[in-house]
Amino acid sequence: MSEKKVFLILQDTEDSRPIIEAVGADNPHVSIQRQPGMVRMEATQSLRINRETVEEKVGRDWDVQELHLNLVSLSGHVDEEDDYFELHW
Amino acid sequence: MAAKRMNSKKRYELLTRNMGWETTYQSMDEVFPYDKFEGIKIKDWDKWEDPFRLTVDAYWKFQAEKDKKLYAIIDSFAQNNGQMNISDARYVNALKLFIQGVTPLEYYAHRHYAHLGRHFRGEGTRVACQMQSIDELRHAQTQIHTLSHYNKYFDGLHDPFHMFDRVWYLSVPKSYFEDAMTAGPFEFITSVSFSFEYILTNLLFVPFMSGAAYNGDQATVTFGFSAQSDESRHMTLGLEVIKFMVEQHEDNLPIVQGWIDKHFWRAYRVLALVSAMQDYMLPNSPMSWKEAWDVYFVENIGALFDDLSRYGLRMPKYHEVATAESEHLSHQVWLTLYNYSHAAGMQTWVPDDKKLDWLSEKYPNTFDKHYRPRFEMFRQMEADGQRHFSPGLPQLCQVCQVPMAFTEVVAGDAMKISRRVSTYKEDRFYTCSDGCRDVFEGNPAKYAQAWLPVHQIFQGNCGGAELADVAKWCHLQPGDGGEHVGSPDQDRWKKWRGEDTVKPTVMAAE
Repeated sequence: MSEKKVFLILQDTEDSRPIIEAVGADNPHVSIQRQPGMVRMEATQSLRINRETVEEKVGRDWDVQELHLNLVSLSGHVDEEDDYFELHW
Repeated sequence: MAAKRMNSKKRYELLTRNMGWETTYQSMDEVFPYDKFEGIKIKDWDKWEDPFRLTVDAYWKFQAEKDKKLYAIIDSFAQNNGQMNISDARYVNALKLFIQGVTPLEYYAHRHYAHLGRHFRGEGTRVACQMQSIDELRHAQTQIHTLSHYNKYFDGLHDPFHMFDRVWYLSVPKSYFEDAMTAGPFEFITSVSFSFEYILTNLLFVPFMSGAAYNGDQATVTFGFSAQSDESRHMTLGLEVIKFMVEQHEDNLPIVQGWIDKHFWRAYRVLALVSAMQDYMLPNSPMSWKEAWDVYFVENIGALFDDLSRYGLRMPKYHEVATAESEHLSHQVWLTLYNYSHAAGMQTWVPDDKKLDWLSEKYPNTFDKHYRPRFEMFRQMEADGQRHFSPGLPQLCQVCQVPMAFTEVVAGDAMKISRRVSTYKEDRFYTCSDGCRDVFEGNPAKYAQAWLPVHQIFQGNCGGAELADVAKWCHLQPGDGGEHVGSPDQDRWKKWRGEDTVKPTVMAAE
C-alpha cells in the first residue's frame, strides 16, 4: 500500500473552522497543522469532507462548493459530489 | 410542486454539453485552426471532465463573495494605515518584485486563457478556460488595487507593467510566459496549468502568503489567498488536462512528457526569484525555500508522479538538479541581485545577524561554507564605505535569462559557474544548465531570437549607454532600487516609527 499523501489547505478564518472540525471528525488519520494565516490538513491516501458533518458543526445548510471561499490549495485527485468532497491518490 | 433540484453533475453537464455544434458553413478545422498542429490527437472531447463542475451562476456567486471580503479588508487596511504594521520596510521589496514580476503574468494568463476559451474544440474545455481567464483578470486587478496603497508610501511600485517589458530581471518571468504563449494551445495549457500551476505555484503563493501573514501584511495575505482559492481550481484543471491528453491517444504521451520536462525547467528558473524573495526579502520567514521545496515539490509532486506513472508519465527531467540546487538557489540569486540592484526596481541589503543565523540553521550544508563569508565580506565593505555594486553587465542565459550565476552543484563543484554552449547558424549561445541547454537545442530557431536585456543595452536599444539612461528608459526612479540602508524608503519608515535614521556604516557594524 502506497504512503502517498493528499493535502487540503484552508485559510485560517472563522468560516473554515467548522470545515476543519468536520475533517478532524471524519478522518481519524488526518494531521492538522496550523501555519501563519492557514491550516494545512494532510492525510495518507485520501481525505474527505462530508456535507452532513459540516452542517452539524455550522448549524445551517452548507453547500460543498462553499469550500471555494476559503480554499488555499490542495493535492490529489478531486472527487466532488453534492454530499461530499474527497481528495485521493 | 417544485421539481427536485438537479445534482451538480447534471447541472454541469447541461452547462457544458451540447452547447456547441458541428459547423457547416466553414469546416471545423477552419473554425478551430490551432488545436491540431501540435500533434495532440483527441478522439472524444466529451470525455473532458472538470472535477469541480462549477456552473456559471455558482461561479459568479462565489467570486463576488470573495471580492467583497477582499475589498472590505483592503479598505480597512488603508483606513487604519496597515502599512505601519508590517515587520520592516525591507519587506516591501517583496511586494515590488511581486507587482513587477507576477501581476503582469496574471494579466498575460487572462489574455491567453481567453484565447484558449475560443480555440479549443471541446465545449467543456472552453468553459474551463473562459472561467480561468476571468479569474486571472481578477487576480491582476486585485493585486494592483491592494498594492496601490503601498505605492502611496514606498518607492518602486509606480509603473510595474512598463518595467515588466523593459527591466532585466523581469525578462525572466516575461520570457517564460511569452515562450508558452507563442506555442500552441495544448503546450500553453500544459506549461501554465500543469508545469507552473500544479507543480510549482504552491511554492509561490503558499509559503509566500503565509510569510506575508508572518510579516504583518494583512492586505497581501488576503489577495494572495483569495487568488489562491481560484488557483486550486486551476491546478485541478492542469491535472485534468494531462490525464485527458494521455487518455485520448497513445501518441500524445511522448509529446506531453516533452512539454512537462521543458516547462517544468522554464517555470522552475522563474521561481529562482521567488526563492530569494522567500529567504531574504521576508524579514521574518516562516519557512525556508528548501523546506518549502521538500514539502511542495519532493513530497507532493513525488506523490503526483507516482500516481501518473500508470499513464506512463515520469517526473520532469532534471528534477533532481532542482532538488540539489534547493540548498544553494536563494543565496546565489540574492547575491546576484545584491550586485545589480542599483539597476533594479527593488532594493537589496546584507542580511542582519538574526537572518544570517537563521540561514545558517536552515542551510547547514551550504550556507556557512559558501555564502555567509561573502555576506560578511560585503558587510565589511559597507562599513568601510565601499558598498559593492557590479559596474558591468552580466552574461544572461539565452533561455531563462537569469544572469549566469548558478553553479555545478550536481557535479559537486558549488563554486564553479555552470555554463553550456550551443552553436546555431555559426553563432554561439550560452545557457546556464543542462535544462536550459536542452530547451534551446529543442528549438534553436525560436530561442536564438530571445530579447536579452543585456544584449539590447549593448546594442543601444534601451535608452542610451549610461546606467542613468537605461534606468530612465525603464521608468526606474532613484530610490526604487539600490541599497536599502539609507534609502528614502528606510528614512521614511524610521521617521514614521519614531526611530533615528541610522547611518549605513553604523547599521552595517551592528
